[in-house]
Amino acid sequence: MTLLTLTDLTVRRGDCPVVDGVSFTLGAGEFVGLIGPNGAGKTSLLRGALGLLPHEGHSSVAELPPGPRSRHVAFLPQAREIAWPMQVADLVRLGRHPHDARAKADADAVDRALRRMGLADYAPRLATQLSGGEQARVLIARALAQETPLILADEPVAGLDPAAQIAAARVFADLAGEGHAVLASLHDLGLAARHCTRLLLMDRGRLVADGPPSEVLTPQNLRDVFGITAHFQTGPEGPIFQPLDRVRPQ
Amino acid sequence: MSYRLELLLGAGVILALAGSLLIGPAGLLPAESFAALLSGEGPAGLVMREIRLPRAILGALVGAALGLSGAALQGYLRNPLAEPGLIGVTGAASLGAVIALQTGLAAAFTLGLPLAALAGALAAVLLILALAGPRGAALTLILAGIAISALAGAFTALVLNLSPNPYATYEMVFWMMGSLANRSFTHVWLAAPFVVVGGAVLLSLGRSLDALALGEDAAESMGVRLSRLRLALVLGVASSVGAATAVAGGIGFVGLVVPHLLRRAVGSRPSRLLGASALGGALLVLLADIAVRLILPEKDLKLGVLMAIIGAPLFLHLVYRTRRELG
Repeated sequence: MTLLTLTDLTVRRGDCPVVDGVSFTLGAGEFVGLIGPNGAGKTSLLRGALGLLPHEGHSSVAELPPGPRSRHVAFLPQAREIAWPMQVADLVRLGRHPHDARAKADADAVDRALRRMGLADYAPRLATQLSGGEQARVLIARALAQETPLILADEPVAGLDPAAQIAAARVFADLAGEGHAVLASLHDLGLAARHCTRLLLMDRGRLVADGPPSEVLTPQNLRDVFGITAHFQTGPEGPIFQPLDRVRPQ
Repeated sequence: MSYRLELLLGAGVILALAGSLLIGPAGLLPAESFAALLSGEGPAGLVMREIRLPRAILGALVGAALGLSGAALQGYLRNPLAEPGLIGVTGAASLGAVIALQTGLAAAFTLGLPLAALAGALAAVLLILALAGPRGAALTLILAGIAISALAGAFTALVLNLSPNPYATYEMVFWMMGSLANRSFTHVWLAAPFVVVGGAVLLSLGRSLDALALGEDAAESMGVRLSRLRLALVLGVASSVGAATAVAGGIGFVGLVVPHLLRRAVGSRPSRLLGASALGGALLVLLADIAVRLILPEKDLKLGVLMAIIGAPLFLHLVYRTRRELG
């Protein structure tokens, strides 16, 4: 089942297209990593796809009215804002905003989201007093509590410790396995190679590669887009990706 | 979820309303007071029904409007320092009132002054919406508010500057200090619809303000319509604060301090802070209005002055507490 279709999506900042004619579809069961160097247009793509930025072309999600859209897709922005010293459980419950308030169903959804993120013991604590990484996990739980078929996440694992990064990637992969779809921008290519079913590579606003990790993380793409060389091998422990060196720009 | 806090505040408001009805220069006994209020007969009945009752109702209305608006603005701007005067409505309403006093409109008929103040508030709203644009961010709203406040302040100073006689100047300065003395039911009927409608609009924004705790992008992705939210917020605050200022003058600190005091007790949830701050604001203004009658009954101590004297140290204490928490 297709959950997101972008057709020729273009987002302009002034006259300059920061997302330039991107098209792809995203189906149930996929955990897609959105990769690319800083300034490639990953955040603008996610925000444009959601309709948070003015755009040209089509996004199936942006065309939904706000209510149905918020029940179809959850968005985790890059900026991790927690404005008030609220309890973790109250904060995660904000994810239930799009749903008609039924206390029992909301409490269950909050519970599931907290447990999935390993935060069950954190429920009564004040979110503002947690560490940055813990706050990031609480905010992921908030997006999960929205219980939408599709999740768009902008750098969800940045700043997490290795165990928490792997745990978060597993949560996304599990959700995909259960029939959801996840599109997450990532900078950790090793994590992307191991956990994503598919990668989208962006460079200067354009989608330059789309496919399974082994087809996207080619030496040529890495050199042209990221300016690096890397070691990439699939062994008995699964795919292993390690950046090695910078390539001098010609 | 328990509503103990709201019940306590509500009980406090009822007690303070009763206190406000019982205390005054007429020196009536409590039993006499209530009997006179119910019968409405004789001079005591007149005092109760025409002087104390409207004053008590206005105290509750003005306090609720200021507390609720402060909580709503703080929630929208995600800043505990926001207060109802921030969007320029208070300054513009004061300018309208001062012009009414200067031109003699206030003396011409009872509602001359409050109506001019309301007109000032309305002008401020139209200006702020035009300046901040239909889709602007919170920042443009603050900047537009500051600009309008500065402009209104400058024109108010100009009116005072050009005032023909010292008595008119006294009158304007005293009006701006804020007071509930000598108000009648005419004032209640003028202010109540604006405060009630504006308050209802603000109370309906609770869930959206909650979602905004996660930032504008997250809130919008959860179905909050930001431009509609901002319009409702500006209209709600302007309607209730404009009306409150029109009948009571400038009363500061209520909208700043009350949400700050109650925030922790409601678990910092902006939606729950709205109702609690309305009750808390009503309670604080009623108590302060009782205090001005007890402290210097013959001197006509102004409510706004007393509120600032109470409010500023309270705020200093909150700053101190916040500093300790930050370590």
